[in-house]
Amino acid sequence: MLPLESLVFMLEALPAEPFPNGIEHYLVGGLLVGLGTVVIYLGTGIAAGASTFLESTLSYVSGQSRFQQYRPSRDWRVVFTLGIVAGAAVYALTFQSGVVSSSLHQPATTGQLRDVGGVTIWVTDVQPWRLALGGVLIGIGTRVGKGCTSGHGVCGVGSASSASFVGVATFLLVAIGVAQLVAAVGVSP
Amino acid sequence: MADHEVHPLFLPLVFVGGLIFGFGLGFSHMAQPEIVLHFLQFSDFGLLFVMFGAAVVTGIAFFGAPRVFGTAPLNGRAYARRLKTLDRNVIVGGGIFGVGWGLSGICPGAAYASLGIGNYAILWGIAGMFIGAYVQGYWRSSDLAAGTAPSGAD
Repeated sequence: MLPLESLVFMLEALPAEPFPNGIEHYLVGGLLVGLGTVVIYLGTGIAAGASTFLESTLSYVSGQSRFQQYRPSRDWRVVFTLGIVAGAAVYALTFQSGVVSSSLHQPATTGQLRDVGGVTIWVTDVQPWRLALGGVLIGIGTRVGKGCTSGHGVCGVGSASSASFVGVATFLLVAIGVAQLVAAVGVSP
Repeated sequence: MADHEVHPLFLPLVFVGGLIFGFGLGFSHMAQPEIVLHFLQFSDFGLLFVMFGAAVVTGIAFFGAPRVFGTAPLNGRAYARRLKTLDRNVIVGGGIFGVGWGLSGICPGAAYASLGIGNYAILWGIAGMFIGAYVQGYWRSSDLAAGTAPSGAD
């Protein structure tokens, strides 16, 4: 498909309502993601990305030089990741479980909400093979490409880094093409 | 010496930062792969507010802190922006990441958060990420070894 035809195709796919679930929870969540990054940055001067954790954690079990170079940061990267898991769990225990509510919050409209001992958990409908194969490509791509949606997308764009602008433009355009293709050939969920 | 060994508050601060970050990913539904796929398939553009909202907040700190303060309190590290070298790897790696992101709707930070909201199926994705990271690290470590070999050979 020619680039121009792709563009026309993409424009035709635009919805009548660009924000069917509102924007408040997206904006509030995004500001908090930024705030978490800023807390770490102001304390330590480190612009933390989420994907280095994959390689730095492999240094505990592999002597490969690519992983061993992250040895000095591997402990705090584990703590950062545990913090992310715990923070999302706090969300699950409060807003997701309905214990706390706010007009800024939007309940889940996708996947499955299940009650497990009074706590509401959320489980995706996306098929395991998509998660696993996508995960492998993400593991390769983020490390070769020097960053992910947090490293390039948040910290890099926040730094007005040209490498990050190029990185974000590349993965965004490719991901849009792939996600549209996957939907077009009928893979769902 | 490991990064965190310079100050007793280093790890607690990183944990609190991660906590806020993860809560934000949960609250914004980025921990739900479906929502990311809806963005990529143009049915809900909310993700733009998450990524750029976060980038604006970090941008204020990244540009402000070096001017207002000299170095970070916990480790004395100079404040600097996150700048990487733009080369072919950024495009090749970004392209591979894009295929994976578009196929699955997950990315590293959002995947960790997804585990936190109870999405045990995300373990497939996280396991895949470790495998992918290992594969590229194995290849590139071998390249490093091969690249340094000639200087040691006669």
